[in-house]
Amino acid sequence: MTSVEIPTILRTYTGGERSVTATGATLGEVVDSLEVRYPGIAERLVEDGSLRRFVNVYLNDEDVRFLDGLATPVADDDTVTILPAVAGGSLTIELR
Amino acid sequence: MLEISQELVDQIVAHARRDHPDEACGVIAGPIDSDKPVRFIPMVNAARSPTFYEFDSLDLLRLYRELAANDEDPVVIYHSHTATEAYPSRTDVSYASEPNAHYVLVSTRETGTQEGPFEFRSYRIVDGEVTEEEVRIGSGSA
Repeated sequence: MTSVEIPTILRTYTGGERSVTATGATLGEVVDSLEVRYPGIAERLVEDGSLRRFVNVYLNDEDVRFLDGLATPVADDDTVTILPAVAGGSLTIELR
Repeated sequence: MLEISQELVDQIVAHARRDHPDEACGVIAGPIDSDKPVRFIPMVNAARSPTFYEFDSLDLLRLYRELAANDEDPVVIYHSHTATEAYPSRTDVSYASEPNAHYVLVSTRETGTQEGPFEFRSYRIVDGEVTEEEVRIGSGSA
């Protein structure tokens, strides 16, 4: 089982739990595993088959954007951490 | 309402002036559930833009691990607008993801890097709704 750290804003899906477990050989499978237990959470993380631009996902100490995104292999003793980006600004065009 | 020391206000404004014309950004941490801003943590704006800010993703991970180790919350998340008013934009509202934080906005549009008048305002942003709140500035340090 892989540990997944859930940020405050997504704890509404996990009944308030900040640390949950999931199974999967890749990050994509871990997300699917989370969705089974916490329906609706996957849509907050993934859009059109890729991780959302303003959600940061880490495998242990690394940002998975610099690994293999959703295809990144995950092991049982790994920790996946999810942190929404801290971003904003006066820019008026909505970025995707 | 945001209760904050004069010293912390001065530090935020100084940071905004230093980074002008790019947007400055950072956090003020405080003990978990205290709602009290205590520790000033300026962050690097990885976007280095006059109209957008973003914490670098690894800086963010380090920050949140540090907060967890210290039993702290991000009580204030601040950033500056350099040519517009100190009011949350649609972008600010879209990306606000800490429902318990006070979102502080400073505008450096009047004076840029120099001393002089500035706007310093605070907001709650929850579920896409912006509510401006009173800022009560205390004397002295945290």
